[in-house]
Amino acid sequence: MFWDKKTETLKPTELKELQLKRLKKTLNQAQNVGFYQNLLAGAGIKQASIKTLDDIQKIPFTKKQDLRNGYPFGFFAVPMKEIVRIHTTSGTTGKPTVVGYTRNDLDTWSGLIARNMTMVGITKDDVFQNMVNYGMFTGGLGFHYGAEKIGMTVIPSATGNTKRQIEMIQDFGVTTIHCTPSYAMHLSEVAEEMGAGLDTLKTGLFGAEPWSESTRKTLEEKLGVTAYDSYGLSELFGPGVAFECPERDGLHIWHDSYLVEIIDPRTGEPVADGERGELVVTPLVKEAMPLLRYRTGDVTMLMEDGCLCRRGKKIARITGRSDDMLVIRGINVFPSQIEHVLLGIPEVGNQFMVFIDRINHLDEMTVDVEINREHFSGELSDLARLQKKVVKQLRDALELRTTVKLVEPGSLPRFEGKAKRVIDRREGL
Amino acid sequence: MDAKKYLIKQISIFSENRPGRLAAIAHTLGEEKVNILAFSIAEANGFGVVRALVDHPQKAHDTLQALGFNIAFTDVIAVKMKDQPGGLYEVAKILGDSGINIEYSYAYSGKDGAVLILRVDQVEDAIKKIQQSGATLIERSVFH
Repeated sequence: MFWDKKTETLKPTELKELQLKRLKKTLNQAQNVGFYQNLLAGAGIKQASIKTLDDIQKIPFTKKQDLRNGYPFGFFAVPMKEIVRIHTTSGTTGKPTVVGYTRNDLDTWSGLIARNMTMVGITKDDVFQNMVNYGMFTGGLGFHYGAEKIGMTVIPSATGNTKRQIEMIQDFGVTTIHCTPSYAMHLSEVAEEMGAGLDTLKTGLFGAEPWSESTRKTLEEKLGVTAYDSYGLSELFGPGVAFECPERDGLHIWHDSYLVEIIDPRTGEPVADGERGELVVTPLVKEAMPLLRYRTGDVTMLMEDGCLCRRGKKIARITGRSDDMLVIRGINVFPSQIEHVLLGIPEVGNQFMVFIDRINHLDEMTVDVEINREHFSGELSDLARLQKKVVKQLRDALELRTTVKLVEPGSLPRFEGKAKRVIDRREGL
Repeated sequence: MDAKKYLIKQISIFSENRPGRLAAIAHTLGEEKVNILAFSIAEANGFGVVRALVDHPQKAHDTLQALGFNIAFTDVIAVKMKDQPGGLYEVAKILGDSGINIEYSYAYSGKDGAVLILRVDQVEDAIKKIQQSGATLIERSVFH
């Protein structure tokens, strides 16, 4: 099934024409952003420099750090009165990355999500339970609006209270769910413990963290769904960038809306189709926040083979990151954010270690941090207070509950050269 | 009244909650010929504080600190108890009646009777009230 058959099945020549037209428009829009004025002037690029799609390689990359430097609204290409929504995503340190949307952007974005859901056979007859964070995270409202656009019955259940979630699935006859794959695993186990059947479920949309084929098999068996992988990132609207079709062999990325390059993250040079590298995307349809050659940090490849469904070239499922970003319970975390928080707390040292475990299918992050010799009062209550303070500040910065262990000064490893502060003990999901 | 003579220096040592930490502390003090008169361990969420009354607190402090331990002095007071049934009640009742709140406490029973060691918030006020109540505070010089 198609939401927008004409666009989804454009012939390669027509697609290229559309991409080039939209690229030029995006370049124009980017000229409203101070960062891009400087970047393009520095690289000697004028509107006339982009004659073919390949000319995009003349433009320097945009990195997440650049977005952070523009905090809060430095990358907005339209006046604030045109911005109707703001979301944020984790920055590499202290401040988050802000993304903004015009009314058209919201419409475009929900249209892309409608494409994804229609592609896997979801219709307005379906009842949809959206079990992700509805706040600043783009996954909640993003899917919500896409599902409403299709005309589905939407249950904005958000996160938490798994038993209640299961009751709603049963009582409301839910057919389609969206959540992180790890939460889906948790949900399936709680349903098992409750002896609750989830017979109405048909389709599971899972995203925001990498997951394996064996997890797909388990989820399909336990929940009775067909499971689809969903990919997106806030900087490119949010979810809806790429999605599996019923073939479930790679994700269709919407080439009319996203110009895709795969590069070697070390050299910045393009790699061939079928070779893994970092996904670099130039969104072609964004008004509020145009980006040029945005480095996603996600590792994938362009797949060589076409698809039976007649849509465009697919990317492989994401296999990792080209940087040190961690995905914990679907939330992006950079070790530098943790460091930044600890630097602001004088009672603890700046050395730290992060341990990530998966307990009952949910990610748990433990941060070991040294107490500072000068601040030790000898009182247990002061230490307990300090521990709470670190937990709270980490939660405020990461939007993530962590366990904090206070350890003796000097007991954590010191690194010469590249620090290995993160020990990920999760088995592949 | 010179309250200071009743202020006893307890050493408080931060310790992770893992095997061998107490042995490391005790070994060090033994090597330095520091005698432990009383001690207790308070535990919270993965770490603890070892509290000890020793005969040479400064030496214990400096040695343990040089070895990398995180250590601080804490002022405590010591009250004599009868080493017989009801002994603790007598003292605890005095404290309660005087409105003295105990942050923490531990006790030992030695050759000169039983002793209750107390950490209180308003220490000077507590000393005054304990003395007025007729209970006996032990001077610092008895310990070190």
